[in-house]
Amino acid sequence: MLTFTLRRLLLAIPTLLFISLVIFLLVDLAPGSPMSEIPLTVPPEVRQKMIEAMGADQPVLVRYVLWLRQFFWVEPATLIDGWFGTSLAGGEQRILSWQTRSPVFTMIGQRIPQTITVVGTAYLLGVMIALPIGIYSAYRQYSLFDQAGTLFAMIGFSVPTFFTGTLLIIVFSVWLGWFPTKYDTTLSVTDWNSFVQQIRQMALPVLTLALANAAAISRYMRSSMLDNMGQDYVRTARAKGMSERTVVLKHVLRNSLIPVVTVIALGIPAIFGGAIITENLFGVNGIGAALILAIHANDLPTVQTLAFIFAVLIVVFNLIADILYGLLDPRIRYD
Amino acid sequence: MPDGAEPVLDVRGLKTVFRTREGNVHAVNSVSFHLRPGELLGVVGESGSGKSVTMMSLIGLLPSPPAEVQAGQVLLDGRDILQVSSTQLQSIRGARIGFIFQDPMTSLNPVFTVGSQIMEPLRKHMGLTKAQAQVRAAELLDLVGIPDAKKRLSGYPHQFSGGMRQRVMIAIALACDPRVLIADEPTTALDVTIQAQILELVRELRQKLGMAIIWITHDLGVIAGIADRVMVMYAGQVVEQAPVKELFTRPQHPYTRALLKTIPHLAGPRSDRLQVIEGQPPIMMAAPAACAFAPRCAHAFDRCLRENPQRRPVGQGHDVACHWEAGAAHA
Repeated sequence: MLTFTLRRLLLAIPTLLFISLVIFLLVDLAPGSPMSEIPLTVPPEVRQKMIEAMGADQPVLVRYVLWLRQFFWVEPATLIDGWFGTSLAGGEQRILSWQTRSPVFTMIGQRIPQTITVVGTAYLLGVMIALPIGIYSAYRQYSLFDQAGTLFAMIGFSVPTFFTGTLLIIVFSVWLGWFPTKYDTTLSVTDWNSFVQQIRQMALPVLTLALANAAAISRYMRSSMLDNMGQDYVRTARAKGMSERTVVLKHVLRNSLIPVVTVIALGIPAIFGGAIITENLFGVNGIGAALILAIHANDLPTVQTLAFIFAVLIVVFNLIADILYGLLDPRIRYD
Repeated sequence: MPDGAEPVLDVRGLKTVFRTREGNVHAVNSVSFHLRPGELLGVVGESGSGKSVTMMSLIGLLPSPPAEVQAGQVLLDGRDILQVSSTQLQSIRGARIGFIFQDPMTSLNPVFTVGSQIMEPLRKHMGLTKAQAQVRAAELLDLVGIPDAKKRLSGYPHQFSGGMRQRVMIAIALACDPRVLIADEPTTALDVTIQAQILELVRELRQKLGMAIIWITHDLGVIAGIADRVMVMYAGQVVEQAPVKELFTRPQHPYTRALLKTIPHLAGPRSDRLQVIEGQPPIMMAAPAACAFAPRCAHAFDRCLRENPQRRPVGQGHDVACHWEAGAAHA
């Protein structure tokens, strides 16, 4: 297993380098100029100076190599400097946003907590709702509960979050007044009251996203359970006199979880990508919202960096999914 | 085998129906039989004749719905186990009735160790601690002839060959010293040499442990080798039942005769074609009102189409459900 992990990690390096090049070139193809947000009253020579100052006039390959160096050396070094007070980075140029002229990673550091609290909680809640629904739906296939679960999944699948989100706002904020319509990112949790307030403002965006997540995962869980329910070893477990509880929650579930855990692990990078629509709808200042802003402003370094971070996460979680698969299923051995 | 002993298992008028969209399938139709202590009862018949379904009905192993046991009694040591609660039934399954299934490749749970799968019934039915169960599980593996038993307990099913897995299944079935062992085509999925080893093992264990065995198979050669008594099933009914020698020398039912004819012979002149029974066993969409075998029977006459034959004695411990009598004239 260890050699497998190391081999995969080594293989990830050329993969990621290739992905970064493709991202860089593709994003660079996009039309527009970094000056599009600058007022037209600024004279052309000043504009030219600004472009030169940002390095935007350099050929794309030069910018790419520079960006690589910044991403893999300067940024980690700055991070370590921040932690231990060293000066590894030596004041070298970090990746700067064309839009705000501030380091992209500072912006990410500010926004990631919002995204993780809201989108991460929603994912966790979605999984926790989905697994029991999937298990019980399969155990009582075609029962009233199963039909209701299917309907729930259909709705979760087919109704977009901008609709469910708006609906929830109308019902719970406007009509009932239970929760605020907007997420206040300046709120800091210091005592019980602010904690309750935080929970209240999280409720609607989390619920919106959790419904969408739970829909898909509950279907995976259900079909995986159904696949296993009819297997011979289940009959063996019953013939041994095991209780229904043991049969379903031990023998069937352990086998059914294998593919579902993989699906859940592969869904985690999407959390970091944020939920663009939901974040915008509720005013959560997360990564998704930042990405949209950067695209509008033609802020290439931010878009490239964010896109590449998602790529890294996807590669990493693919590896984690593979390792989990090997841990859960004794038939799979990588060495 | 003691002939007069009380049967450990006495099945009376068992009826099982599958409710399907196309209608009710009558899979088991008033099956009655008994099993004496230490006896090995062979059950033979074509695929779809209701052998397995009958045995699974006994201990509630059929999924319900669609299956439904509609009538009958299953007396295990005098107690009707069709009437007991599902929890009580669980304490009978695996403890007093052991089961071995056809396909050892899929009958063990792939994600648990062999040891934990043998220990499960030990801990549940005999209340052993983990340590005690481990010791007993190793003894069981040893008993079924798996070398290096203690070490193999921590192995997973995929690390065992087919024959070894079937030995593990037998160890699980025997774990709690059952009174009755039901073996549902336990050697069908194995190759011939392994099959011989498993047969030898069962013969040996039976002598050592003295439980009664029901052996389901469609291999008459196997039956001739190990059974005391044979029951022939067709369309969910028992059509003939006799001590093994009697059945092979004096088969009465045309179906039994036809089955025996299908065994290829090694000695004597070689025939060009394998003997077969033409046609398919019926799917019973209604309770039988006529002889179910009549459409395929060379001896069928008009009474066979009007009236379902009941079992009648034709010799010592030998009965047959057929209107036709060899040598008699039928109109």
